[in-house]
Amino acid sequence: MSSTLTLNEASIGHIAHQDDAHGHGEHHHKETFISKYVFSLDHKTISKQFLVTGIIWAIVGGLFSVLFRLQLGYPNSTFPWLEDLLGHWAQGGKIQPEFYYALVTMHGTILVFFVLTAGLSGTFSNFLIPLQIGARDMASPLLNCMSYWFFFGASIVMMSSLFVQTGPASGGWTIYPPLSALGDASMGSKIGMDLWLISMALFIVSSLLGGLNYITTVLNMRTKGMSMTRMPLTIWAFFFTAVLGVLSFPVLLSGAILLLFDRNLGTSFFLSDIVVAGKILPNEGGSAILFQHLFWFLGHPEVYIILLPAMGISSEVLSVNSRKPIFGYMAMVGSMFAITILAFLVWAHHMFVTGLNPFLGAFFVLLTLLIAIPSAIKVFNWLTTLWKGNIRFTPAMLFAIGFVSLFISGGLTGIFLGNSALDIHLHDTYFVIAHFHIVMGVASMFGMFAGVYHWYPKMFGRYLNNTLGYIHFWLTIVGAYLIFWPMHYEGLAGMPRRYYDFQNWESFKMFGGLNEFISFVSIVVFAAQLLFVLNFFYSIWKGRKVTTMNPWDATTLEWTTPIRPGHGNWTGEIPEVHRWPYDYAKVGKDGKDFIAQNVPIGAEEKTNDEIQAEGLKRKTALA
Amino acid sequence: MEKKQKLHPHKFTLWVAIGSILMMFAGLTSAYIVKRNQANWQTFDLPIAFWFSTLAVILSSATMWLALKSFKERQMSKYRLIMVVTMVLGVLFIVLQIIGFQQLWGKGITLKGNVSYSFLYVIVGLHALHVIGGVIALIVMSLLAFNSKKRNYSTIPVELMSTYWHFVDILWIYLLLFLLMIK
Repeated sequence: MSSTLTLNEASIGHIAHQDDAHGHGEHHHKETFISKYVFSLDHKTISKQFLVTGIIWAIVGGLFSVLFRLQLGYPNSTFPWLEDLLGHWAQGGKIQPEFYYALVTMHGTILVFFVLTAGLSGTFSNFLIPLQIGARDMASPLLNCMSYWFFFGASIVMMSSLFVQTGPASGGWTIYPPLSALGDASMGSKIGMDLWLISMALFIVSSLLGGLNYITTVLNMRTKGMSMTRMPLTIWAFFFTAVLGVLSFPVLLSGAILLLFDRNLGTSFFLSDIVVAGKILPNEGGSAILFQHLFWFLGHPEVYIILLPAMGISSEVLSVNSRKPIFGYMAMVGSMFAITILAFLVWAHHMFVTGLNPFLGAFFVLLTLLIAIPSAIKVFNWLTTLWKGNIRFTPAMLFAIGFVSLFISGGLTGIFLGNSALDIHLHDTYFVIAHFHIVMGVASMFGMFAGVYHWYPKMFGRYLNNTLGYIHFWLTIVGAYLIFWPMHYEGLAGMPRRYYDFQNWESFKMFGGLNEFISFVSIVVFAAQLLFVLNFFYSIWKGRKVTTMNPWDATTLEWTTPIRPGHGNWTGEIPEVHRWPYDYAKVGKDGKDFIAQNVPIGAEEKTNDEIQAEGLKRKTALA
Repeated sequence: MEKKQKLHPHKFTLWVAIGSILMMFAGLTSAYIVKRNQANWQTFDLPIAFWFSTLAVILSSATMWLALKSFKERQMSKYRLIMVVTMVLGVLFIVLQIIGFQQLWGKGITLKGNVSYSFLYVIVGLHALHVIGGVIALIVMSLLAFNSKKRNYSTIPVELMSTYWHFVDILWIYLLLFLLMIK
């Protein structure tokens, strides 16, 4: 975009902006390697940068889980190769307790923030928002580029914290003080914790810059005819995700800033009456619970920041591959809106056993259980979309169906945990681990995989290998259930999370065999993910080439762009939108079973509203 | 296009960013309220320097408004002058805040003292950081305005600047009232 807008252009604001961008699509600037692949302003390249960085993080985070599962599954064995790999952290081939905590903490941090926030929403919001709403690029490509590079900076800092002598942060991904606030409290509370906080501050800036852009782009840059209710559900999901992020991440930032003050400048926001190694600390008057409030005010919306994009992607993939319109479009949007609102009102259900007033807790129970309503609406809509569909079982479709399955299984245990009375028994057990891994962790990974398999042809102009895709899917879904299903039983028996070794506990000894089984499956599942990584990178260069513009017969605008779109996305005019994005099971002029969004409504054709109105009339006539 | 006139995307982005910044201060002020209702909370009077700094920032808001007005009327020399005045007032605000901190510190109200002291330093300090960001933007814009080679007549950057500047001004007045009424 040229920087010398004239007054005239500025006064017609948005229109000038689009025309200007339009000119951009017609001719290409000379691009160097740096401007094309490194500091790129093209939303598609930035999205791939997020995706590849996310994949690298996912390998690291996944490997960490395999390492600590080795300890949990085989507590009596030694693995000499671990010492070669990790040095004194695995002395004698056994993971040391301090390092076990570091692994658990980093696994959580990496997967929650770096993979499922930046990797998922960073990738698909960037890629799909301009393509699906019909825009040349984001509202501010520069902010978008900065968003990635802040994320890159955060990644470097977090990665470097793995290599400091005292190790990375190890107080759990929730970094509760006072453990995280006092350098003397543990190995991982030293420099590793400072690096964690700095990295997260950079990460928050990245995610805010991204979120600002997504919101503005969705609200301001839609092409002609693309009203809000004609947007694909993916875009609605990314929009709500961005709103959540923009409103909740700053609160985490304020918590992190206060924690940095406590750590380094001697304040007592979160500290009071503490004795470390026989020494009474001067800090007085702080409240550790205060941190939990600030943390979970972000922390709970964060769950939906992770989940909503997966919901949006799955909705889209399910509809395309069922060859049916999505069931209950407005109900889907409404329930995502309800989830967004409720996300801000339930944070204290993470704190039921912190001494929270039970009367107050009752409100949080009620609000938490209310989330079951929009969630159930979404589940029924997905199932009814599948119902009597003409289903194509592509790998993307399988992952989308897998997402629905996991969301149901994991969602049901959420109803248990939402009750403060049950929480007395279930809190901090493997039941919680099982619940959030299935409903948020694995389910969102499935949403992400569905997205990658589905939009890979648009991203790289080639297909992923299908056979590897099927192997990847079946190993992952079976493995995920085999890993997390048994954990429910362990949790119901009271087995606590974050423990290093259960052998000395009479009550949990019996789970030794089960733990070994879980660890074995997790190694297999990790290997299956490496298969996906192989498929991903191999196919970028060697995959089967895409030869048609619209390989999935989808209605949305991204499939009206050239097979390998340049910066600016469309070579000519941006297409105009005439209909909603789910006109499947409807015969168009070309005899296909769908009508794309940019096809005008035919003279004979009834609009979707008219069809619904007719159906309503018929129903009332019957009644 | 017969669509109604939309807000410029950059302006819209700024408004969302303002919402985001507000959430950060909402987080801090609600933490303040929670903490205040617990034991061991000490109250103290705000330093006099804060009153002068408030005056400076309100004045600078007025000059910012004048700057935008003169830019729109294409009175460039007036615009340049007023931008510099605004910038100076911004710097004055920061200096007065620091003097305020020194007055407090002199009275024994230090960062490490009671939590109520620490909160004041963090909240006021973070606000000052946002003002410093604004001052840097003002410096850049003033330099651009004095550059005779490039002429820029788009009002968008000036409007963005003025929106942000009024925002930090109003944010300060809110924080001041908050700290006065809830202590």
